This record gives sequence, structure tokens and C-alpha cells, in this order.
Amino acid sequence: MTDSRPVLTMTGISKSFPGVRALHDVDFRLFPGEVHALMGENGAGKSTLIKVLTGVYGIDEGVIILGDEQVAFSGPMQAAGAGVSTVYQEVNLCPNLSVAENIFIGREPRRFGAVHWAEVRRRARALLTRLDLDIDVTAPVASYSLAVQQMVAIARAIDVRAQVLILDEPTSSLDAGEVEQLFRIMRQLRDEGIAILFVTHFLDQVYRIADRITVLRNGTLVGEYPTAELPQLALVEKMIGKDLDVLERIEEQPRPELATLEEGTPFVEVSQLSRRGAVAPFSLTIHAGEVVGLAGLLGSGRTEVARLFFGADRADHGDVAVSGEPASLRNPVQAINQGIGFCSENRRAEGIIPDLTVRENMILAMQAARGWLRRIPRRRQDELVDKYIKALSIRPANPDMPVRNLSGGNQQKVLLARWLITEPRLLILDEPTRGIDIGAKAEIQKLVVQLSDGGMAVLFISAELEEVLRLSHKIAVMRDREMVAHLVNDDTVDADRVMQTIATGTQREEANQ
Amino acid sequence: MSVSSLTTRPSWAKLPRRQMPVLATLALLLVMYGIGVSQYQAFSNVQVIFNIFIDNGFLLVIAVGMTFVILTGGIDLSVGSVAAMTAMVSAWLLQSGLPALLVLVIALLIGPLLGFLMGCAIHFFDIQPFIVTLAGMFFARGMCTFISNASIPITDGFWTTMSQYRIGDPRGNFVSVSVIVAFVVVLVAAYVLAYTRLGRNVYAIGGNPQSALLMGLPLGRTRIAVYTISGLCAAIGGILLSFYTLSGAPLIAVGMELDVIAAVVIGGTVLTGGSGYVFGTVLGVLVLGVIQTLITFDGSLNSWWTKIVIGGLLFAFILLQRLIGIRYK
Ligand SMILES: Nc1ncnc2c1ncn2[C@@H]1O[C@H](COP(=O)(O)OP(=O)(O)OP(=O)(O)O)[C@@H](O)[C@H]1O
Ligand SMILES: [Mg+2]
Repeated sequence: MTDSRPVLTMTGISKSFPGVRALHDVDFRLFPGEVHALMGENGAGKSTLIKVLTGVYGIDEGVIILGDEQVAFSGPMQAAGAGVSTVYQEVNLCPNLSVAENIFIGREPRRFGAVHWAEVRRRARALLTRLDLDIDVTAPVASYSLAVQQMVAIARAIDVRAQVLILDEPTSSLDAGEVEQLFRIMRQLRDEGIAILFVTHFLDQVYRIADRITVLRNGTLVGEYPTAELPQLALVEKMIGKDLDVLERIEEQPRPELATLEEGTPFVEVSQLSRRGAVAPFSLTIHAGEVVGLAGLLGSGRTEVARLFFGADRADHGDVAVSGEPASLRNPVQAINQGIGFCSENRRAEGIIPDLTVRENMILAMQAARGWLRRIPRRRQDELVDKYIKALSIRPANPDMPVRNLSGGNQQKVLLARWLITEPRLLILDEPTRGIDIGAKAEIQKLVVQLSDGGMAVLFISAELEEVLRLSHKIAVMRDREMVAHLVNDDTVDADRVMQTIATGTQREEANQ
Repeated sequence: MSVSSLTTRPSWAKLPRRQMPVLATLALLLVMYGIGVSQYQAFSNVQVIFNIFIDNGFLLVIAVGMTFVILTGGIDLSVGSVAAMTAMVSAWLLQSGLPALLVLVIALLIGPLLGFLMGCAIHFFDIQPFIVTLAGMFFARGMCTFISNASIPITDGFWTTMSQYRIGDPRGNFVSVSVIVAFVVVLVAAYVLAYTRLGRNVYAIGGNPQSALLMGLPLGRTRIAVYTISGLCAAIGGILLSFYTLSGAPLIAVGMELDVIAAVVIGGTVLTGGSGYVFGTVLGVLVLGVIQTLITFDGSLNSWWTKIVIGGLLFAFILLQRLIGIRYK
């Protein structure tokens, strides 16, 4: 494989943004018929390298050779024309257009010069079937979940006869089954001789699919390695530049027993809460200091449960009690007033305001809770913002940087900080570690433990079961928009058992009720 | 492992949400027409509808161009002045003795050229469409008075024929040439928007310009194209206007851009872009026309009532879009 000639060679690439050196003298090569993982912490420069290649940004220095020619693309359109097909990190689709059109726009099949809609729909269906996705291709893409949108973006990219396929964190919002599907297709394309560049923060995925790994750190090249010759620990070390022990420490700390936590009145108690078309009636209690994990496949209704707790969607039926008193959570304002914070999974659409600075984004929720007339004093703002920039290692550590200029993972951290600052009594975290590098992920997990030890209740949603198991006192399992089990997270519960419950939905555990 | 069962949308989501504003406009139109018919006997005459088209043919053509612009999330304030300038230039050139066909060609080139230049300014210098087309509006209006301070009458044979020619049915109902032109423009525009890459790119850019760019769509080319199209439509509208009035007047069509925008929005096109249909725009123009006609039929109402009703409707429709937009998420 390595003896063939590279299809893509990037040499001595440098790129600076005002005040930030995103890439410095980076070399990168890609061979036909390989899956090449590009690894690095949040802000290491992975997405920038990709955008420089496809002409979204111009390069300051360096040479790009594709095939036999030196290239400098003026933008994604030209890059695609030359056989470089890209799925960028944030899902980039037009929400108002149909699924089918999003896949084919720009290269629609035509007949007599007119877009041949029947053919567009037929081919879109065929393509999605290949990805094992059976959806209405005429519906606007905005009516589907993030995962489906991600699959649509991937479908768009793989339909092109490309020499180079670039996937920037395609799996961060997919569940295990969908990842498997994607990998199957990636292998197939690889065997056809296509070169695939793959970015992810999931190390196990790298070892399952990648032939070679290139590691970036702080915008510089650390090295290029065959996957077989780089053990996982060594990879982590190369990415963060030191060895990692924070990960191990969490479990060693003694944690309060569930029984003692559940003695008092619960902070929130919902019974038979439901919303048509979203979640079947469910009951759940959350006590102060308790971490409740929500497990389940994508689309099983986890996010929908979270949204009901925050009043982002209105429940059709059911009762809510806060601190023992009947209460209503009909809109986010009521929820915030009750001390509930919600860190949404969809940071692009619902969370981050790209043009505001890191500081402004962070204090937004707190300022809203105080009312806009009572401005938070600047000194207090600085204190809080600095604290969380440090705690979450947000880079660059510049509170006055517009959030738009941060890397994807760092934007996620800013959003998290926004809710942590409000010190809610119940914090709902929907996929808080998605797209976050391994070091920062450990930091966030540690923070969740600290906060709950300090008396905050946490509703923790994550597709990664290990994470849910590590942090939660008890786990509610969702399946097909129904809460099928409550498990007390004691020694008898492990990933297999939760998986089994998710898969079958039969094992009901009433012990803690 | 298939996610199909979890991702199929519940049936209530299948309501034609994107078509809803257009359907609302259609319903409104039918109600207003019903009121007219029940109040005034003469209202049911087919010619009443034809007259609405005759009186608003130019407005319809210009509104079609505006639909393109608004679909990309932009706005074009220059259309009224460009139409006036086109009429003015035609009158002036005809007066100076140029042959009618040559005048027609020249007059039809000025609008798109100005539109093209405004599109370039908007795209390459990244200036707000509002500002650029506002400048275009002042420029075109200035050109009108530069040509002449007073209105110039048109006596050319071709123009007068076009102005007076009637296409009618045996029962005596008729339409003018401008109605035919307007219908052709509407059909062509509807085809372009639904079946060509240019048209689909217009929708994509209105949906999310950043995504459109990353999907490899020609952002700049499309933007420039819509302002050129709008300029062309304004020019055609200007010619139709000169057929209608048989003159070029420096102060004609002042504020028409606002009527046009109102018609497009009432027709269900969302001001932020990405959603709307030319057919809706036709309905929007008809709504304005029916309001005018109702007020004319009444006779006792001041014509300012037209403005008041349009204002109220505009507000209601923007509210409706907002509500649908919220549900959409
Ligand atoms: N448009 C921009 N303007 C200014 N700075 C930017 C811009 N885009 C990226 N940066 C900066 O460049 C650096 C590299 O960002 P990049 O997005 O490439 O990181 P990444 O490796 O993709 O991280 P992640 O894993 O979080 O996606 C970051 O410090 C980021 O803040
Ligand atoms: Mg990135």
C-alpha cells in the first residue's frame, strides 16, 4: 500500500488566523486505498487542515499536490470537481430543502436541461438504502434528527466518484449500528481505491478502521504512524504531549451511596409525563446530588425526555413536582426559574451564538436568569469566565474571541460552561462530551462528579455507555421512545447488562422504586 | 441495525407546512372575492378579474423578480425606480426618433445591467443588499429627473398599439398585452425556480448560505444572477408601465418597491429566504388588486384604506410565517 504513490501530498502547510497560529509547517500524505485517521486534541488544527485543502481558507505557506498536479482550490466547488469530496465537521445541509435535494443539489440528474426530480428521488432512496436508512426523501432535512442529517451529508459525499473522501468527525452523532454501517461503506470505498481521511475523537474507532494515523498537536505535526505500530496509550501520549492519568482517577473517589441521596424529597419528580409522537408516559425522580444517566440508542427518546424536563417541548400529560411542590415546566423560562439548566446536544442550531465572544456566550444564561436589567459586574464576569476557561481547558484561552473562530470541540466546552456558570440545581447534559477530545472528556467527567458531590442534580445523556456507567448513580433505559427500565448502578450493572436491556427492553428493574 | 422505525416522521408532521402560507393566501383571496361578489353584483363579472390583471401586470412582473431576490434572503429596493427609469428612457429615446425595436432593446438592457452591478457589489464587497439597492434606487430615480423634469408623452405607433391592443373572448371580456407578458414571465420564472440548477441554488442559499458554500454551490454567481433577474423584471415592468401610461414620468412608481415586497410576502415567501413560490406571488398581487377593487367599488372609502388593509395583512402574514417557523423546528 505504502509503496504506491500518494494521491495527495501536503507539504509545509502553515495557516494563521489573527492571533492564532492554527497550522505550522504541517506535512500530510494520503495514499489511494487507505483509511487515514487525523488525530489531535480540540483545536489542534484538524479541521483547518481540511479546510485549507478544499479551499475554504487560503494557505499562508505550503504546497498541495493532488495526483500529479499542484493545486490551490478556490473553494469546495472546485475541490469537489477535482475529486475531493468532503463532509465538514458541523453538519452542513440546507434545512429548507428535501433530503433528496440535499444529496444531489449542484449535480442533479437532468433531462432536457431540467432537473429530473423522479430520478433525484429514486437515486436518493437507493443511496440511503445502502446506508440502511429508510426515510421519506421528500421531507425537509430539518425535520430529521442530527444523526439522520449526518447520514444524509455522508450520502451526499459518497455518491460522488471521488479520489479523496474526507470525513471530519462523521461519527460523533451516530449510534453504534450507524457507525458500523458507515464503516462497512468506508471499507468498500477503500477497496475500490479511494483514499479516505477520517477524523474522530473515538480511539476505538480509529483502531477498527484506520490503516494509518497522523497526529497533530497545537498546529504542528507530531508524526505519521501505521496503526498497527502505535498502541492506544502511545497515541494518546502523542496527542496530548503527556501521559494521561486523570482518566483513571474518577472511579477511585468514594461517592455518596444512592440510598442516602434518595432519603429526602426529590428535587424533581415527574410522573406519567408524555408527549405525543415524542415519548410514551414515563416517571422519574431526581434527587439533589444524584447523577441520573439516560441510556438508549439514538432516536430512542433520550433528547425528548430532556426537552420535557426543560420545558423546551410541552408535555401533553403528566405531573411535575419540584422540591415536593406541584410545579409546571411548560417553557424554558419556568424551568430556569426552578433552577434547571439544559445543555443541548445541537450546539449549532440551539446553543452557541457564533458572533458573540466566548465571554458573552458564557454569561448569556446567567444574565438571562438575573434579568437583563441587572448586569453582572465586569469583575465577576471575568472571574467566572476565567475559571471555566481553565477548568475546561478552552483554547485559545481568550475570552474576547468570537466563538465562531473556535474549533468544534472548544465551542462545545463554551456551551457547557454557559450552564455551569448558572449553578443550576438540576443540570441536564445532552451528549456533553460529543466531539470533545479525550483529555477534556475526562475533565468534564471529573467536573460532573464534583458538581454532584456538591449537591447538584444531573441528568446525564450520552451515547457512550462507559461514560454513563462511570458517572451515574442510577440509569434509566430508553427504547423506542419508551422508558423501559430503571437500573440502580451498583456492582451488578455493567455495559453488557445495559446493552441487553436496550436491545430487548424486557428486563424491568423496579428495585429502586 | 436500522433506525428506520425511529426516524419515520409521525403523520401529523406530513402536513404541507411549506405550502401553508400559500394556502392561507389562497383562502384569504377566496374570502375577499366572496365578499366582493356578495356585496356588489357587478363584482362577479369576469372582466373584474381581468381588470385586476390589466392594472397590475407590471406589478406582477416586478414582484416575480423580487421573489428570486427574497428567496435568497436578500432584498431589492431599486425596482420601483428602475421601472420608472426604464419608462423614462424609452419615452426619451422615442421622442428623439429612434426606432421602437431598438428603444425596446436598450431599455431592457439598462435594468439588468444595474442589477448585475448591484449584485457584484453585494457579493464581492460583502455589503448589505439593503444598502446597495437603496443606493441603486436613488441612482435610478436621479437618472429619471436627469433625463427630464417633466413627463414625456409617448406617441410612437408600436407603443400605442401595444397599449390599446385587446385580446378578448366573444363575450366581450378582454385582457391587454401586458397581462400576456406577465403570464409568460410567471411561467418562465416558475420553471426556472423548480427545474433548473440556478433555481434550486436560489433556495439553497436562502436556506443556509454557509452550508450552500460548503456544499460546493456557486454562491456568488447565484447572488449576482438574482439581482440581474430582478433588474430585468423591473425593466420589463417599466416597459409595461409605459404601455399602460403612454408616457415616461420622473416621479411615477415612487414607493412601488414596497408594494412589491408586500405582495411577495403576502404571497407566502419568507423574508429570511429559502421558502416561497412564484405562484404565491401571483396570489399576493391578486390580493392587493382585489383590495383596491373592493375599495373602488365601495366608492365612499378613501383610497388610503388600501394601504391600511395591506399594512394589516402584511403584519398578519409575517406573524403567520413566524408561527409556522417556530413549529418547524
Ligand atoms: N475562522 C477562524 N478564525 C480564527 N481562528 C480560527 C478559525 N478557525 C479555526 N481557528 C482556530 O484554529 C485552531 C484550530 O482549529 P480547528 O478547528 O482546526 O481544530 P480541530 O483540530 O478541528 O479541533 P476539534 O477537534 O475541536 O474540531 C483553533 O485554535 C481555532 O480557534
Ligand atoms: Mg474540528
